[in-house]
Amino acid sequence: MSNLHLILTIIMLAPLFGAIAAGLFGRQIGRKGAHSVTIGSVAVSTVLSIYVFYHYIFNGAETYNAALYTWMVSDGIRFEIGFLIDSLSATMMLVVTFVSLMVHIYTIGYMDHDEDYDHDNPYYQRFFSYLSLFTFSMLSLVMANNFLQLFFGWEAVGLVSYLLIGFYMKRESAVVANLKAFLVNRVGDFGFILGIAMVFVYFGTMDYQEFFDKLSEHEHTMMTFIPGVEWSVITVMVILLFIGAMGKSAQMPLHVWLPESMEGPTPISALIHAATMVTAGIFMVARLSPAYEMSEAALQFILVVGALTAFMMGLLGIIQNDIKRVVAYSTLSQLGYMTAALGASAYAASMFHVLTHAFFKALLFLAAGSVIIAMHHIQDIRQMGGLKKHMPITYWAMLLGSLALIGFPGFAGFFSKDSILLAVGESEIAGSSFAYALLLMGVFVTAFYSFRMFFLVFHGNESDYVKSHKIHESPKVVTVPLILLAIPSVLLGLFMIQPILSGSYFADAIYVLPAQDVLASVYDKYYDGVVGFILHGFMSLPVWLAFAGVALAWFFYMKRPDIPAWINSKCTRGNYVLQHAYGFDRLNEIVFVNGSKRLGHFFWKSVDMRIIDTGLVNGTVNKVSGLAKMMRESQTGYMYHYAFVMIFGLLGLLIWALW
Amino acid sequence: MNFVIPDFTPAVPEMVLLALASFILIADTFWSERYKYATYYATQASLVIVGLLILFSFTSETAVTFNESFVRDAFADVLKLFIILVSIGVFLFSKEYLQNHDFYKGEFFTLGLFAILGMFVMVSAYNFITLFVGLEIMSLAMYAMIAMQRDSAKATEAAMKYFVLGALATGLLLYGLSMIYGATGTLTIPEVKAVIEAGKANSTVLAFGVVFIVIGLGFKLGAVPFHMWVPDVYDGAPTAVTLFIAAAPKIAAFAIVYRLLVDGMPGLVVDWQQLLIIMAILSMVIGTVIALAQTNFKRLLAYSGIAHIGFLLLGFIAATPEGYSAAMFYVLVYAITSVAAFGMILALGRKGMEFDQIKDFAGLNKRNPWLAAMMLIIMFSMAGVPPFIGFYAKLVVLEEVIAAGFTWLAIIGVVTAIAGAFYYLRVIKVMYFDAPEQDTPLPASTRELSVGVSVYSLSLLVLGIMPAWLMAVAYNSLLM
Repeated sequence: MSNLHLILTIIMLAPLFGAIAAGLFGRQIGRKGAHSVTIGSVAVSTVLSIYVFYHYIFNGAETYNAALYTWMVSDGIRFEIGFLIDSLSATMMLVVTFVSLMVHIYTIGYMDHDEDYDHDNPYYQRFFSYLSLFTFSMLSLVMANNFLQLFFGWEAVGLVSYLLIGFYMKRESAVVANLKAFLVNRVGDFGFILGIAMVFVYFGTMDYQEFFDKLSEHEHTMMTFIPGVEWSVITVMVILLFIGAMGKSAQMPLHVWLPESMEGPTPISALIHAATMVTAGIFMVARLSPAYEMSEAALQFILVVGALTAFMMGLLGIIQNDIKRVVAYSTLSQLGYMTAALGASAYAASMFHVLTHAFFKALLFLAAGSVIIAMHHIQDIRQMGGLKKHMPITYWAMLLGSLALIGFPGFAGFFSKDSILLAVGESEIAGSSFAYALLLMGVFVTAFYSFRMFFLVFHGNESDYVKSHKIHESPKVVTVPLILLAIPSVLLGLFMIQPILSGSYFADAIYVLPAQDVLASVYDKYYDGVVGFILHGFMSLPVWLAFAGVALAWFFYMKRPDIPAWINSKCTRGNYVLQHAYGFDRLNEIVFVNGSKRLGHFFWKSVDMRIIDTGLVNGTVNKVSGLAKMMRESQTGYMYHYAFVMIFGLLGLLIWALW
Repeated sequence: MNFVIPDFTPAVPEMVLLALASFILIADTFWSERYKYATYYATQASLVIVGLLILFSFTSETAVTFNESFVRDAFADVLKLFIILVSIGVFLFSKEYLQNHDFYKGEFFTLGLFAILGMFVMVSAYNFITLFVGLEIMSLAMYAMIAMQRDSAKATEAAMKYFVLGALATGLLLYGLSMIYGATGTLTIPEVKAVIEAGKANSTVLAFGVVFIVIGLGFKLGAVPFHMWVPDVYDGAPTAVTLFIAAAPKIAAFAIVYRLLVDGMPGLVVDWQQLLIIMAILSMVIGTVIALAQTNFKRLLAYSGIAHIGFLLLGFIAATPEGYSAAMFYVLVYAITSVAAFGMILALGRKGMEFDQIKDFAGLNKRNPWLAAMMLIIMFSMAGVPPFIGFYAKLVVLEEVIAAGFTWLAIIGVVTAIAGAFYYLRVIKVMYFDAPEQDTPLPASTRELSVGVSVYSLSLLVLGIMPAWLMAVAYNSLLM
């Protein structure tokens, strides 16, 4: 076992250890023990991840692909746990562990007391256990070298997110929300597992590398699903896999769970969803880039889905009044950007945005949480206002996060978002100009809703609530993570833009067909040093759109608050559509919920009750239990009966053998 | 006359065991009441010594001695090690029980050691006489152990039944062996094989002999229709003794089936395969069906054990080296699992109260969540649920029997395994969902027992996560 192997093993298993210790022995080790052991184990993972990151990104270590443990080999298919470590997974490992560590620390302050439970209830330990379990699941997902482990991590992450969203299990809304998240993800996972099944059937392997090696064999393989219509196997397979990603990364129309997931303990589970879990889908597509590159149809589909999500979800952000929900919709919209970049074959730009987004969105969420703590768990931004002077650290954190989000030149978000926009602009696949237009409008919308929230919360007149209560800055465990997260949110892009655009950063992990390599042409056309790129940013449309959004938000909500009210009253229809989030929930309710209820009712009454229960199950049970009782009687307890049975058996076998 | 001193080295573990057992037998009579645990510790120490002796002198070479009547090979060594491993657990779990039921006597341990000696001889038998002697050493010691609790009518009855039926079965086995001797003119197992394969023996006599031998073996394994003693003995004997006879002797019985049928009579595979098919089907079906109706946990384990033996036989039916190693894997897993299961009864039992009804387990999760979780592992493993080791035991046997072309047998096996899952899951349901009769916590009777049971139970999980090791042991020891 090499050193690296051991390090990777520790990175993956340390959080699991923490989760078990805090989860199963929470009462014994107490609150302090629980948060020490989980934070300690995640910190170990983080430090080692930094080492691995350094090893891969700066020293350019070779791709490491090895099995940790083989569960079994059945019919040539290996069921194993293994590592595929390259620049892509090393980066994700760092993001996952670092963000998770920040969340762990922040949680000490946030979960300190809870009205739903008494102080001796180990809910606190349980929460830490879930957090660590989440980290473990996410790590096993990103470190996987095979589909089985990917699926395990995928489902484990889904399970833990279910547990976290429903953590306030005594509140009905939380229970409904976690069920919704779980069910919507099931829809996506249905596609995902079908995709994995196709890999299994056509490629006969679960291993990524073997799968990639065999891809060219199936380039022209067709399958018939509906008689007369032929489909390319690879296209169907990658679209099915992408449906899984749509569920996990909350793309339309499977996005409905994410806003509701804000029912989880604010904003920790929100943050976990926003910064880490939802990027699993993006990561998966980037990891499987060789397969996606082979299907232009799939890429078009991904591009359009992503662009639609980016724009339409941004619009919804404008009308939200719950501070968490604003951030949640902005997450949805940003996920749309990432997905659109995938569709344009700009995987590296997409991962870049994942990375920068993880930091600035985590920053925004934690800042929002800090506001919520200060406001004594009031989340409505209309009741806030003028918080700037009460909470200076939070204010600056929120400002930096928002600037990064809208893509202010020089901030991390600027580099990643601008790369995406340029890449989609360069892309020549069908639908790319439509997508480009949507994404540009999305920039304006993003700036508008971000600063609407920012102005309403921190500027303007103090509301009655703020006046009547003592509002003060949050404790250190809250503000320190804010400061730590603000640093990469501002600076990260400066260092990464060159290697990302030139393609050297993910060279060993991401494969792009030369003909579709939009990032390379962006690099040739637009990139001449960081400063030049920033200056170019100032001269291009997206930045001015963003400024326009900020200006409009200021004008509407600071200067003339009567205008938005007037618009609301005039455009009732548009408002209605947005208020109901385009009716996706209603549609789901009518078609899927009622439809499956009816279907279920039919199967229950006619098929299950009548045929299976009465006929098969009860019939068998009656027969078997009758038989069992009868046979039991044969055990009379008399020895001569037993001897008789033996002799009888002897005769029977003799006759049978000598016949 | 030319007398050559035989090579004693292959039999050193047996000789050491015999010496230690004899020493303990004598010493036990002198050790006063003050040192009443001395016998127990001496017994465990002897087992550890003999185990280490085997472990450190382990070679993959085959050594034959005593005029070709005794063999030491990797197969024998591995089985002996597992017999020791299982027996250490048995004695560990028994100590407290014996005290609580007022028959803590040194004889239990010395008889146990002699029974283990008998098993060793069976495992290493290279001719019919050795095999028979080993079998009798083991059986006689076990009859006595069952009858040890003299004032219990149930135990005496069980001992009586086991003794009389055992004598009958032994007679049949001996009769079969004598027929084979008559047909082949030799008692040594490899020579029997050579004569049969050369076609020099009368095939009718051989076929007759095989039937009787298979019946004798079937009785020792507890296969239907020679299983009638199993539930009565398991139920009637003191639980500590049941634990003893349910675990290690199955390994020894597996060994003699292998030595006789596979080593000795591969030429008659068609004959014995037919017989084993019948016994396997009957065992799986009848064992499972009757187990469904049991309310006593010991009887439940007895019947489910019969069904397990049916599964074990499937490995022999496959009649390939892989099949035999699958059967070996199965028997090792079964032995470890039943130690854990009976150990659980002992751990939860109290003075004057046996914990052997299924309803006793009601609400165990509330009274002792840790042991309930251990019981959950045991039951899941027995039912064959992954990731516990019982799943692999079933899986490899089924794989081999399918590979040998008996898909229909595998189907019967799977159906009975699914039906059998019912009674294991019912125990789990009772533990977790039924209301307990009393809410008081129910700790294990001693800490030792709790730890011991946990070790055996958790090993089912650990082995299940890493099954390759035990599979490799079973496979290599047969093929080396």
